[in-house]
Amino acid sequence: MRDERQATLREGVRILVRAMRDEPVILGIAVAGSAVYGLATVATAEVIGRVTDRVIVPAFRDGETTTGALALAALAIMVTSLVKAAGIVVRRYFAGLGQYLLNARYRRQVSRQYLRLPLSWHHQHSTGKLLSNANADVESSFWPIAPLPFALGVVVMLVFALVSMFLADPALALVGALLFPAILLLNFFYQRRLSPLATRAQALRAELSGVAHESFDGAMVVKALGREAAETARFAKVAGQLRDANAAVGRVRGAFDPMLDALPNLGVLAVLIIGSVRVADGSLAAGTLVQVAYLLTITAFPIRAIGFVLGELPRASVGWRRVRAVLDATGALPHGTDRLSASGDDGAAHLGLHDVGYSYVEGTPVLDGVHLDVEPGRTVAVVGSTGSGKSTLASLLVRLVDPVSGAVLLDGTDLRRLEPGQVAAAVSLVFQQPFIFEDSVRDNVTLGLTVPDDDVWAALRLAQGDRFVHELAGELDARIGERGATLSGGQRQRLALARALVRKPRLLVLDDATSAVDPEVERRILAGLRDAALPSTVVVVAYRRATIALADEVVYVENGRVSARGSHPELLTTSPGYRDLITAYERDAVERAMAGTNQEKRS
Amino acid sequence: MSTAAGPGSRLGDVRSGSAWATFRRGLALSPEITQGLTPTLLLALVATAGRVVVPIAVQQTIDDGLNAAGGPDLGFVRWMVGLAAVGVVITVVAAYLMNRRIFRASEAGLATLRTKAFRHVHDLSVLTQDTERRGSLVSRVTSDVDTISQFVQWGGLIMLVSIGQLILATIVMAVYSWQLTLLVWVCFLPLFLALRTFQRMLSSAYMVVRERVGGMLGAISESVVGAQAVRAYAVEGRTQQRIDDAVESHRVAASRAQRLAATAFSTGEVVAGLANAAIIVVGVLLGVAGDITLGRLLAFLFLVTLFVAPVQVGTEVLSEAQNAIAGWRRVLGILDTPADVADPGEDGVRLPRGPIDVRFEGVSYAYPNGPTVLHEVDVAIARHTRVAVVGETGSGKTTFAKLLTRLMDPVHGRVLVDGTDLRDVRFASLRERVVMVPQEGFLFDDTLAANLRYGKPEATDEELLLAVTELGLREWLDSLPAGLETPVGQRGESLSAGERQLVALARAYLADPDLLVLDEATSAVDPATEVRLARALEGVSRGRTSVTIAHRLSTAEAADEVFVFDRGRLVEAGPHAELVDKGGVYAALHAAWVSQSR
Repeated sequence: MRDERQATLREGVRILVRAMRDEPVILGIAVAGSAVYGLATVATAEVIGRVTDRVIVPAFRDGETTTGALALAALAIMVTSLVKAAGIVVRRYFAGLGQYLLNARYRRQVSRQYLRLPLSWHHQHSTGKLLSNANADVESSFWPIAPLPFALGVVVMLVFALVSMFLADPALALVGALLFPAILLLNFFYQRRLSPLATRAQALRAELSGVAHESFDGAMVVKALGREAAETARFAKVAGQLRDANAAVGRVRGAFDPMLDALPNLGVLAVLIIGSVRVADGSLAAGTLVQVAYLLTITAFPIRAIGFVLGELPRASVGWRRVRAVLDATGALPHGTDRLSASGDDGAAHLGLHDVGYSYVEGTPVLDGVHLDVEPGRTVAVVGSTGSGKSTLASLLVRLVDPVSGAVLLDGTDLRRLEPGQVAAAVSLVFQQPFIFEDSVRDNVTLGLTVPDDDVWAALRLAQGDRFVHELAGELDARIGERGATLSGGQRQRLALARALVRKPRLLVLDDATSAVDPEVERRILAGLRDAALPSTVVVVAYRRATIALADEVVYVENGRVSARGSHPELLTTSPGYRDLITAYERDAVERAMAGTNQEKRS
Repeated sequence: MSTAAGPGSRLGDVRSGSAWATFRRGLALSPEITQGLTPTLLLALVATAGRVVVPIAVQQTIDDGLNAAGGPDLGFVRWMVGLAAVGVVITVVAAYLMNRRIFRASEAGLATLRTKAFRHVHDLSVLTQDTERRGSLVSRVTSDVDTISQFVQWGGLIMLVSIGQLILATIVMAVYSWQLTLLVWVCFLPLFLALRTFQRMLSSAYMVVRERVGGMLGAISESVVGAQAVRAYAVEGRTQQRIDDAVESHRVAASRAQRLAATAFSTGEVVAGLANAAIIVVGVLLGVAGDITLGRLLAFLFLVTLFVAPVQVGTEVLSEAQNAIAGWRRVLGILDTPADVADPGEDGVRLPRGPIDVRFEGVSYAYPNGPTVLHEVDVAIARHTRVAVVGETGSGKTTFAKLLTRLMDPVHGRVLVDGTDLRDVRFASLRERVVMVPQEGFLFDDTLAANLRYGKPEATDEELLLAVTELGLREWLDSLPAGLETPVGQRGESLSAGERQLVALARAYLADPDLLVLDEATSAVDPATEVRLARALEGVSRGRTSVTIAHRLSTAEAADEVFVFDRGRLVEAGPHAELVDKGGVYAALHAAWVSQSR
């Protein structure tokens, strides 16, 4: 426990050092501003003390004063307070600037990792977690940066305050010399008690949000099975834990805050007792007494800044640990330097799979020894039952993942040896559940590719998506995605298909890409693809007969292996598994027709 | 997002009404907050009284101790300071007790409020109709309540203490010198009045920051949620540029807000300096005239420090207060939205178990402020019948299923189950007898067994295995790495879409309803498995009533009766063979399907 705390502290200090190194100028200015503030704070008390001795006390004693003395006093007070205010502005503004620069810097680095790391890494981390790594975790890593210059300025302030007090009166300085460490110590104990409780409350808040998210996402199931009461109990349990955790935080805060408020007050009272003895025996001026009392009063709050930094360190090191995990993650897909031959640029590509194996969990292969050669311009249908590895196969073809064993070849070149961008330029994959960017229709189709609108429309027409795009306000300029128009599943699929077609890929891979499209529309899409005489090699993953009928050849995948290949009629006779899968509906219809006569008799 | 029209407009989130009304209504809903408020306020009074102890002690030491009539009276100073120290200790205790009470009461009240709102959300049809608003519903029971909690325990507490210390300081000042009191207020009053303006400027600056946070999260999520698409199309550079732009525009907005905040914060110091200068000039003149003692004048310098903190944190406290009221209003908005699909509760009818018949009488449905999506449906489903519902996307099939299972209520007409209006049936009884399996196959982040057990918590492992076996899924189950104990991941995403549907179906099957409604529940499953499942369900559902919405017409061929929907109307109903012979809508659909699948 103790070691852990020390490790957290050390880690926290390392974050602070790193931050200072990343933004030395901005944070340096903030610290300088804070030091000026600290000096001005001490100076304020000095000025009040001098003014008391030289202007106020004589005036009260003598019953007269001069305009010059008053003006000088007022000026001195105004100048110190303006310097102090300027110090505050510089400190706060530049500290904030530094904090936001650091946030932005590490958000960019984290997102670069997201774009660089392979999909297999993405699969191991939930969306919510990755988003909070880039947002909340980066933010909490650099939270202590906001009060850091303040705290450093306070250190300057404390040194000068002690010097100022010793110069004024060593006996009174003793009060300060005892009080300041006492406040720091109390602050230290405070943060040590508070931070584990605050961390727990933070974790419970995240948990509560998770419960609510899941429960509302699954509302249909909750309702359909009548589990509202059970869900409420689940929520209430965590809400109760959060209530208790927050109350525990409150108890600690409620005890320490008043004590921290009271300590400087007790210090001032001690100064009054000791000081009045020395004023009475003539060894101390009244102004000095006022000066020290005032100094203790106005330094009471700033001292707590050191506690603010300490208090944020545990949360910062938790956040930083998570950010580091992303930044340190390795396993990008390395690229080679080969290019596909220029002559093949316009024509269809040759696809080869040589002894390809893949597994998500070691020991349970999804694909195992897959061999496949597809001649340029051919259309191949990949057919298999639920969970047979078809989608994995599709993602290997665009190198979303690399095979564990074997190789995927495009025009005879291993995908791993191609330089960046080569695979995407030649191969397009259309997913079953396409991702729509929060952007215009045009940009969702082109994804930054410079193509004329005519080509975009042509691709949309081929994908049977031109009609619905015409109906959107703004047509190609219409915003879609989360904050734009909502598209149906079928519309999204058609848009994604257009996205692939506009690139005129040399290898087109369709992974059950028209599953949400009405059968009639699908028929038109498939007919269009056939008639367009695309200069592409096409691989389609599908169950529907019409889709399969489009293919020159069918590959039947069973238990992660290619168990049969040939034309559709051939496979129907040679592969019992394929026949079972494809004719399931027909057989069912026939058997039912026969059973139906019996049933009619019965009813 | 469609906020103007659509189902969302039903949520009473933008309720008018004053902050005071929100406050009172909020307190009424969380009675724990106001319980024992009087002792808390008394403690607050004692706690704030401690703040003026030091200035008074300074004044007393100087005027009645050092400058006492008969020379310095050190005995008096010791006695008086001792008393002041006791006062300080008492205020510490009072403040501690006050804080404790406030924290405990507010946390208890807010936990109740959260839970009430959570329960209520599950009774709102918007939850199942408008999936885009789910995120905002989550924030109603989480961050919106947190803003209230944070305000009560930080800003609110500061506000309470600040107001108390300003009043007490003013009283002490007024006793010492009305002229100087006036002077201090003349200095600070413009600042207090300007607080609102500062706060408005700040809150509009922070509004921009919040919007940019949204944009930034959206951009970053493209690199996470859209990871596949980004890689498949090699648009990493473009995506990174969008992220960088969003991150930078957030940084600029945050820095701008920071500049405002820093300036607003520092004005307190400037005004305090001004006040001190004025006090000394005017105070000395008053002293020369004999209208004020030295101790009283010096005490003013200490009293002015009590004005600085409230001004410095004032803008932040006001912003918090505004956020808290807005948050509270949003939570109350949820609770004030009538539960449109409400449980009749104790007064409701309990249906006896056994086969179910259903009748739709002139049923129409329209989304609030939306077009009518289902027109005048009159149809009956006899006991033991297996009905297939077909039609194109958007024809009203799913609406029909949701009305049948009372996930929503018809706008016109009624749905009768065993002769009873669905709206009069107790939820407990209805959900036991009528179960729907939606298309998405949503699973909870738990083990497979826990998900299967969701509708029947008391089911044993043997029962689970039996159900899986009866559905012909035993082989699939055995192929999973940990069998029943396999974790399914968030929303079940460790399983494929087809596998999730298998689990969802088995889950409903285990719940053992009398009327089973399947809404394209096997759309992502391969044909052979689908047929096997359909067979298994028939085998066990013989004797029950079932309604199946089907994408694939093989289901319709097997049903006793087929309902055909077209553009929100029930256009044909009858056995498959009859409808094919009729040569209408169904015949055309069926012909298209046959040409595709065979």
